[in-house]
Formats: sequence, C-alpha cells, structure tokens
Amino acid sequence: MKTWRKNLQELFRYPSAVFGLSIIFILLVIAIYSMIAIPYDEAIRLWRGGEEVWYKNPKNVPPEWTNFFRSKKLPVSFTLNSADGTAEKIVEEGSSQTQITLTYTFDYQYDSFPQEMIFYFRSTHKEKQPFISISWFTPDGREIRIADYAISNTNTFRFSQDEKLKRRLAGQFPQVGLFRDPNSDPENPVALRGTYKIVVTAISFEKDATVDAEFVLHGEVAGWAGTDHLRRDLGIAILWGTPIALMFGLVAAMGTSVLTMLISAVGTWYGGWIDEVIQRITAVNLVIPFLPILIMIGTFYSRSIWIILGVTIALSIFGSGIVTFRSVFLQIKESPYIEAARSYGASNWRIITRYLMPRIIPMLIPGLVTAIPGYVFLEASLAVLGLGDPVLPTWGKIINDAQGNGALYQGLYYWVLEPAVLLMITGLAFAMLGFSLDRIFNPRLRGQ
Amino acid sequence: MSEETQAVSKTKTTSRAKKPETTFSRVTRYVAVRLVTLFLTVVVGVFLTIIIANMGGYVDTIRRGEIQETYQQAAILNPAIKALPPEERQAWIDQQIQLAYKRYDLDKPFLVRTFKFLKDALTLNLGRSQNMSSDTGSRQVRLIILERIPPTLILFGTVGLILFFVELFLALALSRRYGSLMDKIIVTLAPLSSAPGWFYGIFLILIFAALLKILPFGGMVDSPPPPRWSFEYFVSLLKHMILPTMAIAANQVIISIYSWRTFFMIYSSEDYVEMAKAKGLTSRNIERRYVLRPTLPTIVTSFAFVLIGIWTGAPIFETVFNWPGLGRQIYHAVGLFDIPVIVGETVIFAYLLAITLFILDFVYALVDPRVKVGGQGGSQA
Repeated sequence: MKTWRKNLQELFRYPSAVFGLSIIFILLVIAIYSMIAIPYDEAIRLWRGGEEVWYKNPKNVPPEWTNFFRSKKLPVSFTLNSADGTAEKIVEEGSSQTQITLTYTFDYQYDSFPQEMIFYFRSTHKEKQPFISISWFTPDGREIRIADYAISNTNTFRFSQDEKLKRRLAGQFPQVGLFRDPNSDPENPVALRGTYKIVVTAISFEKDATVDAEFVLHGEVAGWAGTDHLRRDLGIAILWGTPIALMFGLVAAMGTSVLTMLISAVGTWYGGWIDEVIQRITAVNLVIPFLPILIMIGTFYSRSIWIILGVTIALSIFGSGIVTFRSVFLQIKESPYIEAARSYGASNWRIITRYLMPRIIPMLIPGLVTAIPGYVFLEASLAVLGLGDPVLPTWGKIINDAQGNGALYQGLYYWVLEPAVLLMITGLAFAMLGFSLDRIFNPRLRGQ
Repeated sequence: MSEETQAVSKTKTTSRAKKPETTFSRVTRYVAVRLVTLFLTVVVGVFLTIIIANMGGYVDTIRRGEIQETYQQAAILNPAIKALPPEERQAWIDQQIQLAYKRYDLDKPFLVRTFKFLKDALTLNLGRSQNMSSDTGSRQVRLIILERIPPTLILFGTVGLILFFVELFLALALSRRYGSLMDKIIVTLAPLSSAPGWFYGIFLILIFAALLKILPFGGMVDSPPPPRWSFEYFVSLLKHMILPTMAIAANQVIISIYSWRTFFMIYSSEDYVEMAKAKGLTSRNIERRYVLRPTLPTIVTSFAFVLIGIWTGAPIFETVFNWPGLGRQIYHAVGLFDIPVIVGETVIFAYLLAITLFILDFVYALVDPRVKVGGQGGSQA
C-alpha cells in the first residue's frame, strides 16, 4: 500500500499527469451531470424527436456564443408565447364578439437577418372561426401589414412563404424586408437595430373562445452548441456523448487488459496444450481482419453499442498483449518465490491470482490507461462509418451526420469541431495520464 | 561477420547435441511444422470470416426468400402460367425455385457450402461478386480487388515506407540527445498520437480544403481525371496525396519516434556500449555496431508489419479522404452484402500475413546470431 501512495505522490510531480487527471475529472463531472440533468429516456426522446420537439430551433446554425467573436452579430433564436406570458395579451369582451390583442415586443440588436419567422396559432373556438390580423411595427415607427385571415383551431403562419407579403415588400423575402433599414441598398440590405413590435388582433365570435399564438424567430445562432439538419440541439449529443464515450473506452480497455492478463497467466502457468491453444488462437486472431469484422457485425447483426463493445473486447483479448504478458510471465514463473509458494502447497489458482498477476499490474495499468483513447476513437470511427448505435446520441454520430450533410463544404465548422475537439481532449487526457504512469511504473530510463 | 557468428554457433550446437540431428534436418522439420501451423491458422481464420460474413447461414435464408419471391412474382406476371390450375401453377413455381437453388448451390446445407467456399478461397479461386463490379464492368472478384490495389499501395506504400525510415533516423538521432529541447518536445507531444489518422484528416480537410481552399477535399485525382501517365496526372495525384500523408504523419510519427527513441536508449545504456564509448569509438560506429545491430530483429519485425499494414488499407481513413483503395472497398462490400469480395480480401490478407511471419523467422536467424531456426525457445506467434 505504501508504494501505491508513493507512486501517487510521484504522479502529481508530472504536470502532464495532473493535466490529464483534471480533464478526466471534469469529463466525469460532465458525464454525471448529463445523466442526472437529462435522464436516459428523455435524452433518447429528444434525440429521436422530429419537428414537433424541435420546431423552435433553426436548422444548421452555430452556437450563440460565436457572436462574441463576430464583428457582424447574427440574430439569436427566441420564442414569445402569449400562453406563457412572454407576450402581452389583452382581452376586450364585447356583446357579440371578443377582441384579443396579442403584443410581441423584442429587441433586435443584430446585423443580419433571421432564417425564418413563424406564428403558431391556437384557437379554442367550436364553430365560428376567429379572424386575425397581424401588424409589424419597426423601431423607426413604420407599420407594415402582415396578414389578415380567419384561422382554424391550429394554424401556422410562415413569414417566408407568404407570397402576398413578399409582393408588398417589393419582392424581398419577408424575413429580410421586415428588418431592412429603408435607407440601405436593397441589393445589400442592412438590418435596422431597435425594438420591434408585432401586434396580433384576433376577433373571436364565440363567447368563451380564446386565441393564443406563439411567435418563433429562427435566428442564425441557437443554444450553446448549435443545431443540426434536423433542428436538434447538438448540446444533447455533446452532453450525452460524454458518459457513452467514457463508458465505452473504460469498459473496453479494462475488459481487454484484465482478460488478456488472466488468459496469458493461465496459459503460461499450466503450459503444455493450454498454452499452445492460446498461442494458436492469438495467431488466428491476427489473421482475422479486426475492423472489417466489426463493420460486418455492425452491418449484418446489430449496431447496439453493447454488442459492438462485446465484439471489440472479444477480438482484442487475443492481441499482441498476450505475447508481451506471456514473455514476462515466463520470467516470473521461474522466480524463487513462486517455487516457495509451490512448495508450501499453494493451489494453482492461488499462485496465478496472488503471485503471478500482481507482478504484472505495474505494466498493466499504464497500458490500460493508454489504450482507452483507442477505444473511445474506435466507437467514433464506427459511428463515422454509419455504424453507430441507432438510438444513442454520441460524438461520433454528430461527426457522421456532419459528414453526411457536407458540413465542411457548407462551412458549418462548429458541427464537426465540437465533437472532434471533445474527442481530442478526452483522448489526450487519457494518453497523457497513461504516458506519465508508464514512466512511473516502468522506470526503464530513470537512472539517466 | 554475421555469417561467421552464425556458422560458429551452429557448429557449436550441432557438436554439443546428443542426438545425431543435422542442421539440415532440423531446419527442414522446423520449416515443415511452421508451414503447417501457419496454413492451419490461415484456414481457421478464413473459415471464421466466411461464417461471420454469411451470418452463420442466415444470408442463405435471405437469398432463398428472394428467389421464392421472384418466381411467385413471375408466375403472376406470366399469363400462360397464370392460366394454369392452382396445383400445376404451384408445381411450376416449385420446379423453378428448385432449379434456381441448384444454380446458386442453395440446395445443399450451409455447412457443406462453407467448406466449398473455404476451398475456393484458399485456392484463390475467388469467383464472381454478388453486387459489385469493377470499373471496367467485370464481375470477377479478382479484377475488382486488383483494381483497388494500386491506389492503396501508392498512398500507404509511399507514406508508410518514407515515414518508417524517417522515424528510425530521427529516433536514433534523438536517443543520443536525451533531455534536449527536441527530446522534450517529442515526449510532450507523444499523447497527440492517441487520435487516429482519419480524425486528423477531418481537421486537415477543414483547414486546407474548406478554409484555405488550396488543396482538394478528397479523391485520388482531379475530376475529370487527366490522361493517365501524363505529367498532369502525376501532379494531380501528388496534390491529392498531401493531406492524407499529413494525416498519417500526425497520427504516427511522434509516437513512433518516441517509442523508438526509448527503445534505442535502453540498448544504448548497456554495458558494452559504455565500454565502446570508453574505448573512444566514434558515435557513428557505436550506433551501427552496438546499438543498431542488437535492435535489428525488432526493427525488422516492425518493418514487416508496416508492409502488411500497407496492404490492408484503412476503411475509415479512405472513406474520409474518398480514396479509392482496398479499405474503402471492403467497407462498401460489407454494405452491399458482397460476401465473395469480403472473403477474397480477407484470404489475400491472411496469406500475406502468414508469408510475412514465415519469412520473419528466417530473417531473425540472419540478423540475430542468438536465434537459430528451429532452436529451443518459444516461437513468435
């Protein structure tokens, strides 16, 4: 136990080990936070959700904080809803009809134009359709009529698709025309900053019927992680990718190294045909192409992360590690203390687990930690080939989606960079820790 | 000098040996045993691949289903058959299905078929593909695979060989400068190699193709391709190879230099090297005779595996760079359920590996006087 504490103390003398450990700690915190903040079922529901879950988000936009680095600020996405109080609602009851005035006020301090603006109307009428009219008030006091029409119980009004409005704005797209500074060149429009107001006047012809409307502005930035081609918030996959990546890397590395150690210890101890069989299996395993087999399993059988994890471990057990461990075990086997153990009548199992394996732990631990990044990246690699788990949100699947939708060709760099940087940081953290551990546990060059 | 030492050690052992076994018979016996084990290894490996690629027989079930569907459709579409009474129509369908089974060998049980597959694969009788075809339109698996070998060899061969020697050279130079700035940089940067090549590829494509727009996104030559063997073709090929080369280098150069350097340093701290230094030999001589010499077996092994690696290609790497090589092809083959192509590539790879391992045994004996072919001690698996 004392040597362990000494080793640990020494570990803190290596800056790269401290750095690696702190990053691993942060990743663990993120992983635990994600699993608590977004329960598994919720994460799956959100990630698999379509338009009905993500209608508030624009498509393919970078995160909001990128505005901080931009000289030309991009509009942030937001929603205002008369039903939850983010918009003003005034109801004036008359004798035969009720007038409902919904006022949406927002400050627009951006230099670019939104992707889209949408009104989602909800009306509780039974027979007579309410009539609505929408007006747009710019900061410089102009009033623009948007639309007047009767709505059904649910109605969606998309600004960009209203041809009449487009004609009224001299052929400009409404999301541009409504925000354009009238003094700017229509060919090269400049957005007018200031407080905008939208007034929706609904006239309801039924006594208890009411009208509510949600105004959604799809800006050019959204959330803290941006969105993808299905309007999904990438934050979900970024957060949930952390526990999955850590789990896959740790379980695969631990499973592989511990089983490899056990098998090679058993093989060397018993020798004879057991050793021979193990060596033959290792040779066969060398002949079988690892990645194509994994691709085949993923394509033909199952893309479940658990199956892939199992196959990865199964194919990695009989790898080069067996050969290395075997040569060390062969040396240890001849040590006097093993002979002593045998002479006092220790069982085979006891010798293997208590006398052989502990000796190899210093070799095992650095190797295990250094192997983790490989498995984390393996999961991402398979996802990039389209063989990621069909349900789970992972970092690799973000990269795969980004590749599939030509993110790099279209300049949507955030889409690739976010998961890639996280993968890189994770890989680096474990590799740095592993390298330092290797130098502490195997001081081959310490004397120099 | 190597022959001398070997000869001496050989004569010594033969004279010491009690059994009247000559070097020749020992080597012959060893070669025979080694060949048989390696061949059995290949057989088992290829057999397992065949089983996995056929999903343990499930692919046959799928194909039987497809055939049944085809003939049931055909019976409905053919007015002459449709007019027949139901029993006769059913008989016609059954007969056609049976004929098709026979044609595709599906009338035999799966296990029997796997052995036929195995025999064909091992004799390199690769047959015809199920869905894929070569660029020239051929369905021969041999041609499909042959067509993809040059791109893979050009990229991974050039890069692999150049990098291998660059790494060795730099590592040897560094091993003499322990603790220098360069050495510290390499040690610090070594963890960068934990990311795979395709991963760096994405970053490099982002920087050089998407942002700076000076290098292509991927592919092997410009589109439309310049005439083959022309100067333009060569230039275009080189231009397309820059980013993949950088990606491979980013992934492996630093870690290789790091581990080779450590490896050389362990051998440089041996007593006989200190002795040579004390004798005042030049560092060049020390390197060649006292450091490189004993490390040669390891260098040869790793060189052999570089060679094998060149052949296999890299599915993901080639996919990211859109490189038309073997790796991407095997990935496509899996996607198209094209079992003959998968098995064909596996068996070629297995043979290459076995041959390399076999040759390595003899190379070891050549470069390391302590090793003797067929001698005692565990053989390298």
